[in-house]
Amino acid sequence: MSSIAVSTTINDDDVEFLCQPDETLLDVLRNRLGLMGAKEGCGTGDCGACSAIVDGRVVCSCLVLGAEAQGRTIETIEGMANGSELHPLQRKFIEHAALQCGICTPGFLMAAKALLEVNPDPTETEIRFWLAGNLCRCTGYDKIVRAVQDAAAEMRGENA
Amino acid sequence: MRYERPQTIQDATALLAGAEAKSYVLAGGTDLLVRMQSDDFEADLIVDIKAIAGMDQITEVEDGFVIGAGVPCAALAENAALVAAWPGVVEAANLIGSTQIQGRCTVVGNLCNASPAADSVPALVASNARVRIAGPSGQREVDILDVPVSPGKTSLKKGEFIEAVVLPKGAAHLGDAYLRFIPRTEMDIAVVGVGVHLALDDAGAISSARVALGAVGPKVVLSQEAADTLVGTKLEDAALEALATACSDASNPIDDKRGTVAFRKQVAGVLARRAAQTAYTRAGGK
Ligand SMILES: Cc1cc2nc3c(=O)[nH]c(=O)nc-3n(C[C@H](O)[C@H](O)[C@H](O)COP(=O)(O)OP(=O)(O)OC[C@H]3O[C@@H](n4cnc5c(N)ncnc54)[C@H](O)[C@@H]3O)c2cc1C
Ligand code: FES
Ligand code: FES
Repeated sequence: MSSIAVSTTINDDDVEFLCQPDETLLDVLRNRLGLMGAKEGCGTGDCGACSAIVDGRVVCSCLVLGAEAQGRTIETIEGMANGSELHPLQRKFIEHAALQCGICTPGFLMAAKALLEVNPDPTETEIRFWLAGNLCRCTGYDKIVRAVQDAAAEMRGENA
Repeated sequence: MRYERPQTIQDATALLAGAEAKSYVLAGGTDLLVRMQSDDFEADLIVDIKAIAGMDQITEVEDGFVIGAGVPCAALAENAALVAAWPGVVEAANLIGSTQIQGRCTVVGNLCNASPAADSVPALVASNARVRIAGPSGQREVDILDVPVSPGKTSLKKGEFIEAVVLPKGAAHLGDAYLRFIPRTEMDIAVVGVGVHLALDDAGAISSARVALGAVGPKVVLSQEAADTLVGTKLEDAALEALATACSDASNPIDDKRGTVAFRKQVAGVLARRAAQTAYTRAGGK
């Protein structure tokens, strides 16, 4: 198999890489670009640990080919904080203890970020449905939902 | 394996018609990439159709909607005119997978994967959708019902791929609905799915009906008998009863860990009644 040259934008940086035709975006991020935040929980679209935002939509990076990144705009967990200043979602996840082992956390954060971009004031039901493709073995989800609600309120300027 | 991203329909069909033994069209990849992970998957060529102009567009034309083969299901729900005209189709497409899957999966991929349990397919069949097929010798349009053949098999010929789904636009008093049964509330495969599309006359009586059943046979079933129980009625109890019986009779499911034959037949009837009621209300019936 011959390598494919891909130019793309990741977290506002122009990035170029070579990949194999059957290599997933998740493998490219982790193995070629050193972006280890996205995790492989299943590799088959079920767990959401690999979530990344591609052209504004949150997707499973394990179900995207690296070659498909050509000309796209990609956001990963590494671009979420602004330097050393955490995103409100990241801060609220810590405050609410919405993580234990942390494997699922980057995926939840990316999915929650995409949610709040389209719906700044989601109901608990909307949060739970939106995050149904993110699995967590540790927290029981409740703290995650509370953290998202609290971050959303702060981002709306309600309890800053 | 090669990956190609043609810019035109002609280049895509030429690639697909070319010498390579095993080629696959790539749309959202939510079925194809899962299959690629398995050890026995083999492909010589992957043709990504999403860079072809128009593939990512939903276009409203005089007599319908043209949904490009690269449009992710999430985008259907963002199109207000489509949601207003075909709420059942949009509902069905939005039941596929999670938010992450929605951001990538397409209705054409759902159709061409040819799973008997594909959620959007009964709704599209009930809507009388057609598909536009591009091939080495030009374009043809076929009834969507003619695309799936059996589990994993479609009627597409070598070199062909689907460019778009075309949903009709009709007169007033139309309504559609899709319901499925799954053991959970999200992220599961339909045990039974039912799509219903109704047209009413000015007096509120059903003038035409289409009833399609998923996951109760090797491919989607369009039941004329079920439709006949509704035409001329105002969806009175007797009509609903007859519809349920006709849908149970039209179902020829398998027994598996997800449901027995008897359960699936009964659920087909129950879901058909409920979907018909929703479609009737949406069409303006009371
Ligand atoms: C976690 C998860 C949950 C899921 N849940 C559901 C669910 O609830 N309901 C459901 O119905 N499905 C479900 N699916 C299956 C899948 O998401 C759907 O079938 C989806 O609609 C496939 O669309 P796609 O664009 O991703 O297809 P792809 O994977 O790109 O393609 C699927 C097949 O169709 C062929 N194909 C694609 N486009 C064309 C074209 N234009 N012309 C010809 N052939 C083409 C491909 O070669 C391939 O064989 C789920 C999948 C995952 C991973
Ligand atoms: S690793 Fe991608 S969804 Fe699980
Ligand atoms: S914190 Fe361990 S899986 Fe979610």
